[in-house]
Amino acid sequence: MIKVKDLHKKFGDNEVLKGIDCEIQSSEVVCVIGPSGSGKSTFLRCLNMLESITSGDVEVDGQNLKDPKTNINMVRTEVGMVFQQFNLFPHKTVIENIMLAPEKVRKISSSEARERGLKLLEKVGLSEKADQYPSSLSGGQQQRVAIARALAMEPKLMLFDEPTSALDPELVGEVLEVMKQLALEGMTMVVVTHEMGFAREVADRVLFMDEGIIMEEGKPEQIFSNPKSERTKEFLNKVL
Amino acid sequence: MEGRFNWAGVIEFIPELGTGLYYTLLISIVGLLIGFILGAIFGLGRISKNKLFYGISAVYVEVIRGTPVLVQAIWIFFALPLITGYNMDSVMAGIVVIAINSGAYIAEIVRGSVQSIEKGQVEAGRSLGLSQNQTMRYIVWPQAFKRMIPPLGNQFIISIKDTSLLSVILVPELMFQGRLIASNYFNAVEIYTTVAVFYLFITLTLSYVLRIVERRLDVQ
Repeated sequence: MIKVKDLHKKFGDNEVLKGIDCEIQSSEVVCVIGPSGSGKSTFLRCLNMLESITSGDVEVDGQNLKDPKTNINMVRTEVGMVFQQFNLFPHKTVIENIMLAPEKVRKISSSEARERGLKLLEKVGLSEKADQYPSSLSGGQQQRVAIARALAMEPKLMLFDEPTSALDPELVGEVLEVMKQLALEGMTMVVVTHEMGFAREVADRVLFMDEGIIMEEGKPEQIFSNPKSERTKEFLNKVL
Repeated sequence: MEGRFNWAGVIEFIPELGTGLYYTLLISIVGLLIGFILGAIFGLGRISKNKLFYGISAVYVEVIRGTPVLVQAIWIFFALPLITGYNMDSVMAGIVVIAINSGAYIAEIVRGSVQSIEKGQVEAGRSLGLSQNQTMRYIVWPQAFKRMIPPLGNQFIISIKDTSLLSVILVPELMFQGRLIASNYFNAVEIYTTVAVFYLFITLTLSYVLRIVERRLDVQ
């Protein structure tokens, strides 16, 4: 599903990613952990070209993102993304937030988009909020709507950029529950997170990033109970 | 003091003042409509990555903002025909002046409002597969438009008052009619007061309408 080869990303003179190599299979759930500033989010954002790639190759769903012939909008329809700050459209109701892209990009009818949207709202437990505006929802509810909005495109892959970092602690659980459900259904997921419990329980694989490279990767049990690198040990000691 | 001013006599000049009001409204409405379109185009130009479009927009805004309306009016009515050889009638010239003048200020309003929309909104739209244009049209513009209303209202009121300067290029608008009457009938106090009240009537009505629009758009 994803092949990354020697990915480098610079912001001016500041090299944030210093050569990332990684492959992610279909239906795999990969959690990316690491200290802030390690390049986790930048790595994630390179996977759907929200950040341009300085050098190296990124292939998503068989399409090379650096190839000028690749239609990036088409690739993005297959790659859902959930943001730390939710980024719901405040001028649209919950259901309109979800219907917009399927209608305008997938060109499905408004009634079909609505039906799809309502089904997804039911899935994330927010059926009764369909006609409300995002501002009247709690953070956890907004994030669940954002997940439903991304799923409405029926993507093959979902990217999560610290989806629970902006939430009050008591709202984190409801969002993680939805993500866990999604993982169980076989969605391919890349999750940048500080929720070590989630990573341990749900991930098939954990990547530990530090200073722009993947320091260590492995099964969650191995990373959490028996980390090989000193940096991983140090990091886990601080956060666990 | 009693009886020094003939206020009742103003009634007699209502037809002339009505004609003036008509031209003031005509030039304001048509001029601002075109000005808004110019403002939207050049406002987006000032945030465009296209260097040529950006350059043209920047020059337009700086030149218009940096010169007085009165100079622009006189230049367009008296100087431009000497260059082009084409005589514009004064009403047309008035509309052009208001359009290009308000357009420059509106461009800055559009630019500021669009830039004030959080980057995350664009990223959310693009990550769903919407093109840049679709993201602008369905996500950024509706939100930016709402933020434009108060400064746009301000600019509309300024431009409406600026139409009074068009009397110097012989546009038969309100101020022009007032001067004509006052110089013939020596009733400056009555006529210029009436003219002022007419302007106030237009701007207060506009303020009221804008408040309603603002409340309507504030649905959340």
